[in-house]
Amino acid sequence: MPEMNAVPALRAHYRLQWEPAQDCHVLLYPEGMIKLNGSAGEIMSCVDGERSVEQIISALQTRFPDAPGVAEDTLEFFTVAHDKRWLEFG
Amino acid sequence: MTSAGLNSAETGGSLVSPPLWLLAELTYRCPLQCPYCSNPLQIADLKDELSKDDWLSVLRQARELGAAQLGFSGGEPLVRGDLEELVVEARGLGYYSNLITSGVGLSEKRVAALRDAGLDHIQVSFQSSDSEVNELLSGSRKAFEQKLRMAEAVKAHGYPMVLNFVLHRHNIDQVEEILQLSERLKADYVELANVQYHGWALENREALIPSREQLERAEVVTNAYRQRHPEGMTLYFVVPDYYEERPKPCMNGWGNMFLTIAPDGAALPCHSARDLPMNFPNVREHSLKDIWYESEPFNVFRGDDWMKEPCRSCPEKDKDHGGCRCQAYLLTGDARNADPVCTLSPDRGLIDDALATANHHARQPVPMLFRNMANSDQLIASG
Repeated sequence: MPEMNAVPALRAHYRLQWEPAQDCHVLLYPEGMIKLNGSAGEIMSCVDGERSVEQIISALQTRFPDAPGVAEDTLEFFTVAHDKRWLEFG
Repeated sequence: MTSAGLNSAETGGSLVSPPLWLLAELTYRCPLQCPYCSNPLQIADLKDELSKDDWLSVLRQARELGAAQLGFSGGEPLVRGDLEELVVEARGLGYYSNLITSGVGLSEKRVAALRDAGLDHIQVSFQSSDSEVNELLSGSRKAFEQKLRMAEAVKAHGYPMVLNFVLHRHNIDQVEEILQLSERLKADYVELANVQYHGWALENREALIPSREQLERAEVVTNAYRQRHPEGMTLYFVVPDYYEERPKPCMNGWGNMFLTIAPDGAALPCHSARDLPMNFPNVREHSLKDIWYESEPFNVFRGDDWMKEPCRSCPEKDKDHGGCRCQAYLLTGDARNADPVCTLSPDRGLIDDALATANHHARQPVPMLFRNMANSDQLIASG
């Protein structure tokens, strides 16, 4: 589980983009592609190498005031994404 | 967080997903002569290459259909002087572009130019960790030193470093050295890919198949490295499917996500599909949309209506799609048969015989047919 003040950043050589044909965000990397579901795509879109985990959670809560468990979902996603080496914490 | 389901388009009464990966085989020309090349044996008959404008159109059409990953391959794609212009277009369209190269024909200047053009990744393939085996297998004396220099240049210019080693009987005992070399070059990813027996590799199968002991040792070395360096290079180890009991889910299904365009414009569901006796549509005559969704060759093995037993009633048919159509055709003579790699296939004996022969001959030299235009001409002449 990442610290709240950790700053997530996409690993070098990874690129996040919206794909209309697949109607989702994808992570692209050397000869690979990961389809992100809706919430994962929203979280990943906030990762800019500047904002902390806490700031990202706060931004998502503001954007989706009615969504339950945003903090838990975000922390869980960052844990998985770090384990899978999609992003690193600064 | 990933979802396996693909967004599908309703076409001709069946659900067909869009092509997500485009492999652009820019040329069959290559300065090397690797005897395990996956190119077709008839390369000498296929010299009429698409123009730059043809390729630009292919890139635009495939992106429009949904392709996001793009591989520039060959042959040796660096032979094409217009590669940089194609890379610029690919980046502008939003592809993640990968150059798959032997490194021969690359220069530090070109590495930088490709970076400026927007190329995302260069994969340098090696024949082995030492120059002797490398020279034997590639038919080039200077290739190894050149590859080393180019791998260093690739890293220096900020690309991810992906090294690809094609494994077979003559180098699989060097996995330890291969990993040391990869570490020295500061690789991020290392593919240890055993030869799959299509194209020229099938022609040279007897000389290339490793013994079971060799394969097991190589896996032990690979796993030991992973344990020692959990944060180190990411290693991919691809077993030769002859040693598996179930076939690979080839291309994740025929016409499901992969689209290859061959140097002459033939559109193929996989880069080995030319092994099949089919007339594949050409991008000079048809739009990619028609080719992908409407053409007979792209539809013929979609879904599972085409399957014969034992695949048709097999509970695993959705997992491996009956395996590789090319392998089924090349070894059994019928592309609708189960991939003979499967132990449930009545033709599995063909694989076991090949393995028995290979294990028997493992210590003896077997002559190899090198991949070049002269040998291709001879193969074509002899039918």
